[in-house]
Amino acid sequence: MGTRLQSWTLLVSSAALLAFPSISWAQLTTFDIGTRIGAESHVGNLTGHAKDASLPYRRYCVGCHGPLGDGNGENATWMDPPLYPKPRDFQLGVFKCRSTPTGTLPTDQDLYDAITRGFDRSNMPQWNTLSKQERVDLVAWVKHFSPRWASEKPGTPITIPPEPEVTAERIKAGRDVFARVQCWKCHGVQGMANGPSASTLTDDQSRPIAAFNFTDGSRPKCGNTDQDIYRIFMTGLDGTPMPSFADNIKPDEAWDLVFYLRTFMSQPSKEKEMAKQLALKPVDPNAPAGQQ
Amino acid sequence: MKNFAAVLSTVVLVCCAALILGRKVNAAGEGKITGTVKLDGPAPHMKGIDMSKDPYCVKASASSPAHLETYVVGANGGLENVVLYISEGLTGSALTQPSTAVPVFDQKNCVYSPHVLAMDVGETFKVETSDQTAHNIHPNPNPMTGNIGWNQSQPPGAPPIEKSWKAVEFIDVKCNIHPWMHGYFAVVKGPYATTDSNGSYTINDVPPGSYTVTAWQEQSGTQTQKVTVAAGAAATADFTFKAK
Repeated sequence: MGTRLQSWTLLVSSAALLAFPSISWAQLTTFDIGTRIGAESHVGNLTGHAKDASLPYRRYCVGCHGPLGDGNGENATWMDPPLYPKPRDFQLGVFKCRSTPTGTLPTDQDLYDAITRGFDRSNMPQWNTLSKQERVDLVAWVKHFSPRWASEKPGTPITIPPEPEVTAERIKAGRDVFARVQCWKCHGVQGMANGPSASTLTDDQSRPIAAFNFTDGSRPKCGNTDQDIYRIFMTGLDGTPMPSFADNIKPDEAWDLVFYLRTFMSQPSKEKEMAKQLALKPVDPNAPAGQQ
Repeated sequence: MKNFAAVLSTVVLVCCAALILGRKVNAAGEGKITGTVKLDGPAPHMKGIDMSKDPYCVKASASSPAHLETYVVGANGGLENVVLYISEGLTGSALTQPSTAVPVFDQKNCVYSPHVLAMDVGETFKVETSDQTAHNIHPNPNPMTGNIGWNQSQPPGAPPIEKSWKAVEFIDVKCNIHPWMHGYFAVVKGPYATTDSNGSYTINDVPPGSYTVTAWQEQSGTQTQKVTVAAGAAATADFTFKAK
């Protein structure tokens, strides 16, 4: 009898708990999110509507990103950072791959590109098999999870000057930038992601995260054109340890750095050839400032 | 035309006088809240920091080895880095802290100085570096408050970064390159103060009235007290925290 009474109390109290869900900031309710179902997106001449993406989201995305867009889909449990990053929490409105300065929202085009490109070294595949309209609708759907889009505008995309010609001088200058702003602290002097700070890196959710290894054939997460690489260190990858260097690298120097980084990469390139001819040595972490 | 100029200058003069006088009247009426914050019991042991990841940091901190700063206890149990602010009772213009000096968050010998930087909502603050090693400044606010995080590098000799925050929040700041570097931006509404090494503080420019004063300590949380500030006088609010 006593046991039965106890189990009844347990049942009633748990029912009561379920009936009054506590609303914490980390977990928006379906209602909160539902109020933003009218969200729109604009990519090229296409307009996306969040309400049109609910089906494709449930079919293609919900397994990892979850019904509330918080990145807690049923597959998320099986992703172990740093090898496999957890799915993005769309409610936070914080995104790695942006054309906009650190601390600002990405443009619709940025989100569209991320969906299209996928993320190398993660469980996010390329979604270029979906129609353009479906992808644009999904951008609107991604946006409707975060209240940030209701109160803020996306940042102004950074200006990328035209790419200059690669020269030996520029590669050497890029090496100086690499030494001066100390990219090697995390990425290592040879770009092998083995710098002194690499092992303790964590993301904004305090989960382990790896620095990019330039040498193992991985593709940069935000695209592999020279412009994509330029953008990474001038905007930073928000939510990760990678900061923005916009205040400390001039546009011209940024191109030099792009060329130098190419010398680390395993893909054949003009830069790699030139570095070989120059017999460039890795930077010396112990050299005094300005004396590489 | 001459007449017009004369009238204009008189008007300007009167306006200026009114502004100056108005301010003076205000200042005379304002009181302050002072007090001491103490830690009950012995100071907890603060672990030393291993900076061997970066030889520059080891060298820079050799003369005064760094340790965690969760509780910084001075003479007579005075507790440093506690932020005091008025959580209830402020109205209108009193909500805006008259800007005196720009709050500065410096990176020196691979630690943050101060460990806790208090500021008003919307107040501009500066992040500087005195170090000859690269840092990244990475505050991690809760985006649901309206504060948006950012992450910027400061290599040696980098210019200061100027920023402000939109909403009241105690924001974690860290450097990913030096994982021991940890501090706070304490963003509050209205006049504020931070305790010094003796645990004492003074919140200036408080108009007469009844208020709730809140003391925030990074590990022990918050405590409140009610005070009444008389015109031109100082009200006292002392706090005692227990180590957690």
